[in-house]
Amino acid sequence: MILYEKFTLSNGLSVIVHEDKSTPMAVIDVIYDVGARDENPGKTGFAHLFEHLMFGGSINIPDYDEPLQMAGGENNAFTTNDLTNYYCQLPAENIETAFWLESDRMLSLAFSEKSLDVQRKVVCEEFKEHYINKPYGDASSKMRELAYTTHPYRWMTIGKELKHVEDVVLQDVKNFFAKHYTPANAVLVVAGNITVEQVKRLAEKWFGPIPAGEKYDRNVQVEPTQTAPRLLEVNAKVPLNALYKTWHIYPRLDKRYYVCDLMTEILGGSGSSRLFQALVKEKKLFSNIECSHYGSTDAGLLSIEGKLVEGVDMKLADAAVLEEIQRLLDGGITDDELQKVKNKTESMLAFEDMSVMSRATSLAMYELLGDANLMNTELERYQAVTAEELIAEGRIVFDDNNSNTIYYFAEN
Amino acid sequence: MLNRTKAPHIKDAIEFDLHLKPYDKFVLDNGVEVFAINAGAQEVLQIELVFFAGNSYETQHTVAAATNHLLKNGTSTKSAFQINEHFDYYGAYCTRACYNETATVSLHTLSKHLPVLLPVMKEIITDAVFSEEELATFKQNSKQKLSVNLKKCDFVANRLIDAYLYGEQHPYGKYTKAEDYDVLNTDALKKHFQQYYVQGYCVIFVAGKLPDDIEHQINKNFGTLTLKNHTGLNTGNEKSFNEVPEPVTGSKKRIVNDETGLQGAIRITRPFPNRHHPDFQKVMVLNTVFGGFFGSRLMANIREEKGYTYGIHSYVQNHLGPTAWMISTEAGKDVCEAAIQEIYKEMKVLREELIDEEELLLVRNYLIGIILGDLDGPFHIIGRWKSILLNNLDEQYFYDSIQTIKNISAEELRELAVKYLQPEAFQELVVI
Repeated sequence: MILYEKFTLSNGLSVIVHEDKSTPMAVIDVIYDVGARDENPGKTGFAHLFEHLMFGGSINIPDYDEPLQMAGGENNAFTTNDLTNYYCQLPAENIETAFWLESDRMLSLAFSEKSLDVQRKVVCEEFKEHYINKPYGDASSKMRELAYTTHPYRWMTIGKELKHVEDVVLQDVKNFFAKHYTPANAVLVVAGNITVEQVKRLAEKWFGPIPAGEKYDRNVQVEPTQTAPRLLEVNAKVPLNALYKTWHIYPRLDKRYYVCDLMTEILGGSGSSRLFQALVKEKKLFSNIECSHYGSTDAGLLSIEGKLVEGVDMKLADAAVLEEIQRLLDGGITDDELQKVKNKTESMLAFEDMSVMSRATSLAMYELLGDANLMNTELERYQAVTAEELIAEGRIVFDDNNSNTIYYFAEN
Repeated sequence: MLNRTKAPHIKDAIEFDLHLKPYDKFVLDNGVEVFAINAGAQEVLQIELVFFAGNSYETQHTVAAATNHLLKNGTSTKSAFQINEHFDYYGAYCTRACYNETATVSLHTLSKHLPVLLPVMKEIITDAVFSEEELATFKQNSKQKLSVNLKKCDFVANRLIDAYLYGEQHPYGKYTKAEDYDVLNTDALKKHFQQYYVQGYCVIFVAGKLPDDIEHQINKNFGTLTLKNHTGLNTGNEKSFNEVPEPVTGSKKRIVNDETGLQGAIRITRPFPNRHHPDFQKVMVLNTVFGGFFGSRLMANIREEKGYTYGIHSYVQNHLGPTAWMISTEAGKDVCEAAIQEIYKEMKVLREELIDEEELLLVRNYLIGIILGDLDGPFHIIGRWKSILLNNLDEQYFYDSIQTIKNISAEELRELAVKYLQPEAFQELVVI
């Protein structure tokens, strides 16, 4: 049970405090309700580029990192298709430094041409390093474009193409800031060796005077139900053939999300999971195979991907995956198998909660989803899933008409 | 009116009194030592068995890694699937890893499940069978994985630079080729297993919220085995690498691994003594200024000023024996040479100019803050102890490093830069 207290400032900023006296450290986590799904299709990758610019100086402080490091702190940030998260950790005595830095960049950035110019290049190198200059690096982008026709999940967080990042101008940055980086669109979590009273005082002092701004009203286009299977064939200079398959699942807060999450564990989460045992160990069709899902806020995808053993026919490998799924749907799931994936979820959550940083980020993410207390009820939702639900949901999700497949062929 | 241009008062992190929580130690019936940290709020623990079974001890390429990997793939009474199923059922993670000197088997679990998991851990380190079929699958899948990795410039650069530094015959310099997998056989694995696990030198680290009977549980499972106390292993080699090694000078290699590659993996390196050398801890501070954190000179110049790369880092390799100081980055193909020139330029500045007091204070505070955060929680604390003990050091080393961070002067740092950051002592490699 993670204890916390919540209050809201008059400008709309939600603040959550989680005390932990066992650590000498304090953590500040600020999450903004903006991700790649809020981008214009012609200007993708912007939310993530913007995250980089948040370190390029704010209205009153020329550099974010230096004062934090001087206070013995470290920090980082990440952007997803749904949200942007900034976090820092420092000795608890110096917590006010983090309030000062985070509130100033929520108030306003410096909007420097130089910072934009450099970070465009940095992000382009990041793009190349992770998605272009790497075998199979473009597979996830191709899968998004195949599976989503309408919803902005059809592009990656880093962007659809390098050009979108290269073309960003300073006015775009200013507009984006005004629209999304307001107190009403943010959650502030403070955790560690601090008190609620202290955080109330510091939050009022530093974040209280920031103008409320407007609450951004998200209007994301809903992905229409897929009605026929989709297949894409790719030829690339890679050493091995690879198979990628996805199926549409449910939004993060849907009860069925938990069913699908456990489904991925049963199929591909570990050394005793079904796909690994059947297709890597017994039939030896794949050298590795993984099953996961996107974990996104809006309806995501359940994904199975693997590299084929040299000489194995692609269609045969694909059919073997489907056969394992069918075996699950026909044969059902034993009590032990269900208990196994629930136990694994329980221990995963316990390990996650070990670090105060991870607890702070979880609280922020759950609050953004609607209620920080979801963090404490999560395990119950997994425990409530039944074998019958898994099979019933499996039949719906693994319908052929809901499937997207990429045959990724090695050229010669 | 709030003055936002003025930073709040801070307590300099160097004023903090850092304390490394002492371990509890107990000795099993067979003499194997166990180091324990009992702390934490969550009902979880980790136990790690460290064997001196790493690739320094193998007589044939990749035997140590293959043996370590296949420990979990079948015993005389359980299949690989049954072993995995057992750990998975209790939501536990049994992992293994193979390094240069050591090879480990670790368990992460909710504390309550320990009694049903330790016996299976014992089984895999005493009764692994290394079947032909499991080895064949391992060989095939490892080769496939290697073929993908060989397309990546960073992977290729990491292999080559170690080979240049230590020579391909040295445990730190050798690397695995596809042919090495082809000639692996179960006899070699079984032999390695017998000698270095079953009859091997072992030390155990355990941390987390420990049950009251932890000593009894560990002794019952591991205290009766034919394992030996690790201090009986006369490695003694740690201290023999505390001389500054002769650099191999003037080597500048450019390799094209992928004609269509967009980035080059840059590695610039020089040999360096290990933790027993009196300069080691001081150089850790100099390295932080140079390329050891986000605010370093290399990051500020090559990423934040020029935008040549997503990230650039310098570090001293984590070796018990001889080691090396390394600068590592992936940069745009067109700017690799420019980036290299900037790296040398930053070395020159460190040799010629004193680091100003504000930057030095920032680095001191940053490092102390990081250590403070890193001593948070039982897993981190045991990790620090493990590093100290395996390097044949003691807690004084930890307190000395704190003193070095707090007190080292700009003059000393410049002297170290003059001594070590000489371009002619470095080798260069770029793999596109």
